[in-house]
Amino acid sequence: MTLYLTAKDQEMLKGAHGPAVKMAMSILVRMAEVSGANELLDITGSHIDSTVYIGDAGLEFAERLASLGAKVAVPTTLNVSGLDEHHWKEWAVPSLWAQQAHRQMVAYQSMGTIPTWTCAPYQTEMRPAFGQQIAWGESNAIVFANSVIGARTERYPDMFDVCCAITGRAPAIGLHLTKNRAGKILLKLMHIPQALQLGDDFYPVLGHYLGKITQDRIAVIEGMSVLPNDDQLKALGAAAASSGAVALFHMVGVTPEAPTLDAAFQGNTPEETIMVTMDILRQSRKELTHADDSRLDMVVLGSPHFSLAEFKTLAALVAGKKKNPNVKFLVTSSRAMTQLAGHAGFLDTIQAFGAQLTVDTCILTTPMLPKEIQFLMTNSAKFAYYAPGLLDKKIAFSSLSDCVHSAVKGEIIRDETLWES
Amino acid sequence: MGKLELSGKPVIPGHANGFALVSREALSFWGGYDWKSGEITDRRHPLSGENAKGKVLVVPFTRGSSTTTAVLLEAIRAGTAPIAIITTATDFFFALASVVAGELYEKSFPLIALSESDFSLLKTGDQIEIVDNGKLIISN
Repeated sequence: MTLYLTAKDQEMLKGAHGPAVKMAMSILVRMAEVSGANELLDITGSHIDSTVYIGDAGLEFAERLASLGAKVAVPTTLNVSGLDEHHWKEWAVPSLWAQQAHRQMVAYQSMGTIPTWTCAPYQTEMRPAFGQQIAWGESNAIVFANSVIGARTERYPDMFDVCCAITGRAPAIGLHLTKNRAGKILLKLMHIPQALQLGDDFYPVLGHYLGKITQDRIAVIEGMSVLPNDDQLKALGAAAASSGAVALFHMVGVTPEAPTLDAAFQGNTPEETIMVTMDILRQSRKELTHADDSRLDMVVLGSPHFSLAEFKTLAALVAGKKKNPNVKFLVTSSRAMTQLAGHAGFLDTIQAFGAQLTVDTCILTTPMLPKEIQFLMTNSAKFAYYAPGLLDKKIAFSSLSDCVHSAVKGEIIRDETLWES
Repeated sequence: MGKLELSGKPVIPGHANGFALVSREALSFWGGYDWKSGEITDRRHPLSGENAKGKVLVVPFTRGSSTTTAVLLEAIRAGTAPIAIITTATDFFFALASVVAGELYEKSFPLIALSESDFSLLKTGDQIEIVDNGKLIISN
């Protein structure tokens, strides 16, 4: 199989459009060959995950492209950065880290990108449309774009997203192609109470299980008795993309490529059918908690970044309450969404409760948490999954309302009522 | 002591010779690999606590975060990366790390994809020599 390149692709590869395009195109072509693509396709947008500062190699890559004069060819949003430029000094972020993370932000901003600084670009005005070909990084954004919107992106890593953005092209592989979007494995929900499906913690728990059991096979979920909202689906996707290599799931009667079971499988028979029982979900919920007692130093919310609707829900839950002075309470979101929440009046209530806000980054991507904070609690499966390995901290998972009640009480409490039935 | 020869797909061709670190479970490098030391830090992964620096890492594919490639690139720059990686399918994330390491530092590493049945023959501690065209010579 050989890769067909258009005359313009070949010009880009040879350097006729400048050295940055040449570098991006040579990486793109090499990867298209590695993945067995026949051709490249045009994209209408990109989301760059490479903005997260990890170390000098990623910074050198960004600054190399920027110094070569790189500009994006399509509307391109930016993922979280390694730094909250507004509040980093309130936390344990070392100043050298702040300098390096800032340089990486400047490099990607210089490319004509839209500085959204969020891992939830699908909740901005740059949300793509059904059927659009896009090249996105950030695992939770990829799964949301594919599954909930029906836009089309492969599961792209950091540094490849920017190569696609600069050239406006992506390899015609994987989830860009209709035939590769068919369901493979059926997850049948068995007697899951509607009250549980209406809550927020059912979705990350289901997502964690889905990622573990399917790994990289496309799952089709059947048997929902409620119509979940975007925030519930984002929590499901983020969980599945942490425990597995999930880039697309279908939910019958909910997601756009699954009006029916048959449509979700594109007429094929499932390779495997799994009955998802309450026992399975209880086990999955247990796995998300990596703490063995009720000690609590800090509640962390907002992975993926909080939406306006989530700020509203939180404001209602904390109204008139005060958190325990020994517990910190942090919400992470983008600067734009936080501003909206401020205009809507939600922030006053949330801050009166004693919560703090961090924008443009999160606890996983900036070294903000001091050593003395050891015991965390969250309603995010993504935080729950990564905090032990990335931060070396204990973390407990539960619903948003449990997080609020625990912050008030000063220790972890979890309402088991809905999970016991 | 036995010798075994396997033939895989050279996703990124190259030569390497080292001891294998093997798991049947996929791995995310972000939150799973400390690039400052080479230690595998995903506390839910069977290889948690092992060090992959200088080893031939054998995992079926990457899972999770888009940042796996960036973490592996840091490890390559810092000299704490595996010397080669063996998977069951063409893994885009590992392949990109090798391609970018070649572009920035002329330090690409071989990446070989094996069939699932050949993959299942490999064990931690095997000595694996990667020679031309994705051929592996395994001594145990």
